Amino acid sequence: MTTDLAPERRDTTPATARVAARVTDLVKTYGSGDTAVTALKGVSLDIAAGEFTAIMGPSGSGKSTLMHCAAGLDSVTRGSVQLGDIELTTLKEKDLTKVRRDHIGFVFQSFNLIPTLNAEENILLPLSIAGRKPDRAWFDQVISTVGLGDRLGHRPGELSGGQQQRVACARALVSRPEIIFADEPTGNLDSTSGAEVLGFLRRSVDEFGQTIVMVTHDPGAASWTDRVVFLADGRIVTELREPTPERILETMKSLDAKVQG
Amino acid sequence: MLRASWKSLMARKLRLFMSAFAIILGVAFVAGSFVFTDTLGRSFDSIMTSTVGDVVVRPVAAGQGDLESQPSTATVPGSLVKELADVPGAARADGNITNFGTFVVGKNGKLIGGFGPPGIGVNFTDGPAAKGLQPFTLTSGHWPQANGEVVLDEKTAQKAGYLVGEKINLVSSGTQPRIQAKLVGITRMEGGTAGASISVFTTEEARTLFMEGKDVYSDVWVTAASGTSQEELRDAVAAKLPKDYEAVTGDSAAAAAATDVQEALGFITTFLLIFAGVALVVGSFLIVNTFSILVAQRSRELALFRALGSTRRQVARSVLFEATVTGLIGSILGLGLGVVIAMGIRALFGQFGLDLSGQSLIIAPRTIVVSLVVGLVVTLVAAYLPARNAGKVPPVAAMRDDAILAESGMRGRTIVGTILSAVGIGLLGAGLFADVPKATYWVGAGILGIVLGVALISPLVGRPVIAGIGWIYRKTFGAVGLMAQQNAQRNPRRTGATASALMIGVTLVSMMAVFGASAKASVDEAVDKEFVADYVVSSVVGTPFSPEVTRELAAVKGVDQVAAFRWDQVTVKGSDRQVTGIDPSHIGVLGPTPMVAGKLAGLTTTTVSVSEELAKAEKLSVGSKIDLTRGGTTKPFTVGAIHGDSALLSSDYLLSLPALESLGGPKTDSYAFITREAGASAVQVGRDLDKALADLPVVTVKDQGEFADEQRAQINQMLYLIYALLGLAVIIAILGIINTLALSVIERTKEIGLLRAVGLSRRQLKRMLRLESIVIALLGAALGIGLGVAFGVALQRSLADDGIDVLAVPWPQLGFFVALAGLVGVVAAWWPGWRASRLDILRAVTTE
Repeated sequence: MTTDLAPERRDTTPATARVAARVTDLVKTYGSGDTAVTALKGVSLDIAAGEFTAIMGPSGSGKSTLMHCAAGLDSVTRGSVQLGDIELTTLKEKDLTKVRRDHIGFVFQSFNLIPTLNAEENILLPLSIAGRKPDRAWFDQVISTVGLGDRLGHRPGELSGGQQQRVACARALVSRPEIIFADEPTGNLDSTSGAEVLGFLRRSVDEFGQTIVMVTHDPGAASWTDRVVFLADGRIVTELREPTPERILETMKSLDAKVQG
Repeated sequence: MLRASWKSLMARKLRLFMSAFAIILGVAFVAGSFVFTDTLGRSFDSIMTSTVGDVVVRPVAAGQGDLESQPSTATVPGSLVKELADVPGAARADGNITNFGTFVVGKNGKLIGGFGPPGIGVNFTDGPAAKGLQPFTLTSGHWPQANGEVVLDEKTAQKAGYLVGEKINLVSSGTQPRIQAKLVGITRMEGGTAGASISVFTTEEARTLFMEGKDVYSDVWVTAASGTSQEELRDAVAAKLPKDYEAVTGDSAAAAAATDVQEALGFITTFLLIFAGVALVVGSFLIVNTFSILVAQRSRELALFRALGSTRRQVARSVLFEATVTGLIGSILGLGLGVVIAMGIRALFGQFGLDLSGQSLIIAPRTIVVSLVVGLVVTLVAAYLPARNAGKVPPVAAMRDDAILAESGMRGRTIVGTILSAVGIGLLGAGLFADVPKATYWVGAGILGIVLGVALISPLVGRPVIAGIGWIYRKTFGAVGLMAQQNAQRNPRRTGATASALMIGVTLVSMMAVFGASAKASVDEAVDKEFVADYVVSSVVGTPFSPEVTRELAAVKGVDQVAAFRWDQVTVKGSDRQVTGIDPSHIGVLGPTPMVAGKLAGLTTTTVSVSEELAKAEKLSVGSKIDLTRGGTTKPFTVGAIHGDSALLSSDYLLSLPALESLGGPKTDSYAFITREAGASAVQVGRDLDKALADLPVVTVKDQGEFADEQRAQINQMLYLIYALLGLAVIIAILGIINTLALSVIERTKEIGLLRAVGLSRRQLKRMLRLESIVIALLGAALGIGLGVAFGVALQRSLADDGIDVLAVPWPQLGFFVALAGLVGVVAAWWPGWRASRLDILRAVTTE
């Protein structure tokens, strides 16, 4: 990850974009024998750099599993996951930890901040774990974008849910990862706070050229993205570009009909 | 509800075991000490029944006193024995001669027997012991029939490697230090000998060896004719006895003798019970912590119970139920381990010569009841507060993510802790420096109060320590260090309690380290400054030796003076006092003694020197009259001198050897101090002295340096034993840290998952836990060393008058303890760290 990548990405268009992550024929089976459950049945997907991608699908469709596998949090049964030039499926635990540390950012549904550290320390955590010095200018820019300037000294317990999630977003951004995975980032938030967080994610894509993959089941949230990929029963069924809430809802309905029919 | 707690308990067997472990160890010590004491008592009961006749007639002096003082030299005249045989109801009367300093020299030239059990020399009689019991059974050969023949007990003969028919060597504290005799038989003693060696001679020879050839006996057994009870015979015998003799029934004499032995060995029980107490106190910290964490972790579940309609009391009771099961299992396992400990002690005593293998272990119902009750009560008391807190979980916590039991304020805790510490300091001070009865209890209670008090305020007083270590951590380890420090500070009480468990062990170890170093430094200084003698002669088994030794050594070429030295006890106004018997003509050998009045060289058979301290307390001056009693004999003495403290002469009373003998005191020496002639070669004289004693392995001669080394070695031996036992307290504390960390890891599963997700490597995660563990351990060590040094200094100050007058704080050793504590932290973090690093990141992150 180099610092001069950001401005370059800003101008890329989806059609010619560099691929930030590539998933090929991904199969994920839990358990074995009679009790085996196949969550992903051969998924292939390219995530373009500088794009905000949503993954949607009904419960049990495999969307979370897809994200976990793509982010190197879970092992795969078959297939390949590439992050930039790195093949994740063959990496050892130690190298995988390094990849997560240096190339991936996470935002979780339940914030997952360290309660003993204040907001600033939480944001800088990935950098200090890696033993890297934060880029002050970048840090200030991130902070002003998230709008947390006056809350930096507070501990998570003293922040609202929305503020906590914004801290989590800032934490994901500050190490300038190639890709950020967000797992239902607005799931625990009211609509106003949710909108703030989504707005922030959107801006980081537009202004900093950040690549973001977000798993959600909320059409409203998904409409902030550039591209929505629909999963059903462990397979990609369709996708939308420049989505609106209405088009997403329609697609979901038609998917439901297909699944039931 | 109970079903739910039972399930929760069974789901976490390991946790159950870890918290039960402290109880197991504590109870094991309690049970072990009881089992061992009972076994000891029973074996001496059975030994003693065969060491008495139906009625025992003895000088009144002999029945007085206890094992601490030397046996009386008062005797029964032979003429009395014949008279007693004619008492109505008596079948026969036999005179016994007993000597407690007769040891067998093995084939290899080494002495058979060790510190403690006596080497007994007796005359042969065929008189039965009480109730017709035959005390000795001949297993081979025949009883001694002529002078120069001896029979040994089988264990001793076996250890010495002698066979019937061989010439054997013995040493004696009688007038003949060396005895040569032919082994003519082997005997077995009823009930075993508990490690004592027994040599049987003819009555005539025993008289020559032990009674200076006079027709006297140590005591007389009167055997009852059939149909006469012990009591009837006692009364008939008593009517015939002149003054100064008494008759006691065999039963009461045996009981008294057994009680004496048990009292003398009672320190073992006390010692073990102290460690049981330490283990249980440390253990209770562990239990408080375990249950607190447990309640915190289960708060959501407990809240659900509350929301579903359980009362506070039901919730609290469910936690107490868990504690009951833990306590019960711990107690039962502890009881089992206690029996093993008792076996271990028995084996250990066997090594030192006290052989109890003849008696099977006794597990009295009392032992079982006490062990179970102690284990249960300690567990329940320790679990009470966490249980009450569990009841306070608000039902709404079931609906919320983040509702964790808040730690209540520190104020009440600080106040209670401060008061407890203050009271403890008061008790300790009173016990050490004021003249209170049972001072040991005051000291013990004081230490307990201070330790508990400091444990309570440890979250507060620990803050600067943690902050200090945290600063180093942040500078050295960055984010990992910061998180480790903050995790340690997250639950100050939990950290405090865990550290306190270690603190207790470290406190006691440091206290003993300071005390031991001071004692050693005092010995060194005393030897250095006050020791005039070039050589010291002492017994290798701790029993006094024949005065003939002193006489022989005086004849060795190059020896200038030899001063005999005898420890004994006298009774003054009803309380036992230490007395030292000295040789006034060689007083200079014992070093410079500061005199307040009079001269030690001027002591006669009717004068006594009293210590300056005693003179002040009792308002004595030269010319004052005091009565000294030993056994049944009381004699008036005149104060002839008043002495100050010196290294060797610290007893309250100093008597000349003849004066002590006139009171019935021992005719055997405890030590002999020797000076060299000016110009004599140290090496040559030392070699000649060794040569003179070569065939007397019961005594050794040491020069100044060796003597100091020996004293230091004895102190070290005591210290190592105490360290070893306190090591167990430290092990409990390590388990405490492991437990706390392991439970914290479970509590922080989600956080750990996140840290791993954002790139914390396994190694970094382990390091984080290790650093947290080290903080806890170092906090415990810091508190413990602080307290221990304070206690050690207080102890030394209070004993300054008793010879420990140099304060030495062994800083390198204390530094070593700190390093060791750090290591303890590293070790304790290993398993929780391993577990944490194996957590499935995905599951950890998404866990609820």
